[in-house]
Amino acid sequence: MTAAFAAVLRRDLLVALRRKGDALNVLIFFVIVASLFPLGTGAEPGQLRTMAAGVIWVGALLAALLSLPRLFAADLADGTLEQMLVSAQPLPAVVAAKVAAHWLSTGLPLALIAPVLGLQYGLPSDALLVLLGAVLLGTPVLSLVGAAGAALTLGVRGAGVLTGLLVLPLCVPALVFGAGALTASLSGLAPGPHLSLLGALLAVSLPLGLWAACAALRVALD
Amino acid sequence: MNWGGAAEFFAMGGHGAFVWGSYAVSALCIALEAWLVARRNRRARAA
Amino acid sequence: MFSNFFSFASPQAFYPVAGRMIPWFGWSAALLALAGLYIGFFVAPTDATQGESYRIIFIHVPAAWMSMFIYLVMALWAGLGLVLNTRLSGMMASALAPTGAMFTFVALWSGALWGKPTWGTYWVWDARLTSELILLFLYLGYMALKEAIEDPQRADRAGAILALVGVVNIPIIYFSVQWWNTLHQGASVSLTKAPSMAMTMLAGMLVMALAAWMYAIAVSLARVRAIILERERGRDMAWVRSMVNA
Repeated sequence: MTAAFAAVLRRDLLVALRRKGDALNVLIFFVIVASLFPLGTGAEPGQLRTMAAGVIWVGALLAALLSLPRLFAADLADGTLEQMLVSAQPLPAVVAAKVAAHWLSTGLPLALIAPVLGLQYGLPSDALLVLLGAVLLGTPVLSLVGAAGAALTLGVRGAGVLTGLLVLPLCVPALVFGAGALTASLSGLAPGPHLSLLGALLAVSLPLGLWAACAALRVALD
Repeated sequence: MNWGGAAEFFAMGGHGAFVWGSYAVSALCIALEAWLVARRNRRARAA
Repeated sequence: MFSNFFSFASPQAFYPVAGRMIPWFGWSAALLALAGLYIGFFVAPTDATQGESYRIIFIHVPAAWMSMFIYLVMALWAGLGLVLNTRLSGMMASALAPTGAMFTFVALWSGALWGKPTWGTYWVWDARLTSELILLFLYLGYMALKEAIEDPQRADRAGAILALVGVVNIPIIYFSVQWWNTLHQGASVSLTKAPSMAMTMLAGMLVMALAAWMYAIAVSLARVRAIILERERGRDMAWVRSMVNA
């Protein structure tokens, strides 16, 4: 089982490395979205600081959403996915590896660049750390929920928008706790409770998202 | 009995637009849904 | 007993049964609604703090209850269909979703019209209103997914997975929105903050909720009949003909 996990993880990461442009585009999209907001709302420092959490989180959410079609669609097109389903390897391990690879190639870079965007919004340094921690904890949730959404819409016409329709409402808790951690830290409160709740959310999303993604893949390729 | 007359009933203490607005739209939604379902049944039988 | 029960799980056997049940539920809904509206408008007294505008409660609260209850029932049918592989379960789940979405919309609409005279604004980012809005999004996503998948069996199973994920998420979403609300608004306004609700107010609300329940059953039974006909057309044309001509 760990062998299957490691093999799929390595393969997906290699694929991601060969197609660096895809992951890079997601990052650039994130940066552009976050940079457009001040142009629309005005760059008054106090206002920017109160907006930062929401803008950065919604931007990360949308960027992660854009990267979801890659998760299963290419493997479906070349028949790899079908092989994975009929192989003796346990499907949850395979899907977990794919989700992990997705997080490493999009969620992790998003988390690493988020503090830079935080600088644009004039966040103090301790808030930048909280932001980094929250995005690190929150993006795996987006990857897990997103994997379920991508699997449900696999091969369906208009899959891109539909995935957004399914995934975005389910990401509300991650948005609330993630952005809440930053807001709390900015107003001098301890961000700990928010980060704990984000961790708890991750613990719930892990089995639920994997189950849903596996079940949806079985349905899609039935 | 709460009301002195029809006018008072429809005025709802000055909030008539809100009270009747919510009941009217609810009734409309229910009527629309019932009609859509009836039409769907008719079409399913006819097709 | 179980073999007897499961014989109704066949769509073809259920079709005439549903047809016989619809008038009963439909008329109960109409009579209960009349009684509930009578209690709500003529028996229940004027509210001491909100005046007459509180009378929106008799449509708002039952609609909000039904919107959540129908999602639960929908997820239950969907889960049954996933586990037992009964075709009727998926059809029931499909038939419930539009009714649930309708009640969610009614709850939001009446909530907004209640908010204006009570709090001076149509929309408050109150935990309940916000959760109700997200519930509407969940219904819309469920219906969009089922609509987008052409094979009905696959649509049922995919929809079931989504409904089950949604049902686990609803309490988490509600909790998170409440958490967010207390963080951002301090003491939040609560929709049902009636300090001493008169017995007649409660009675009117319960009777209206019962009416909404009966209506939901009647209309979703009627919808499931249409779905059965639509789907059996490709499988058992002789049966469809016998039902349409009966």
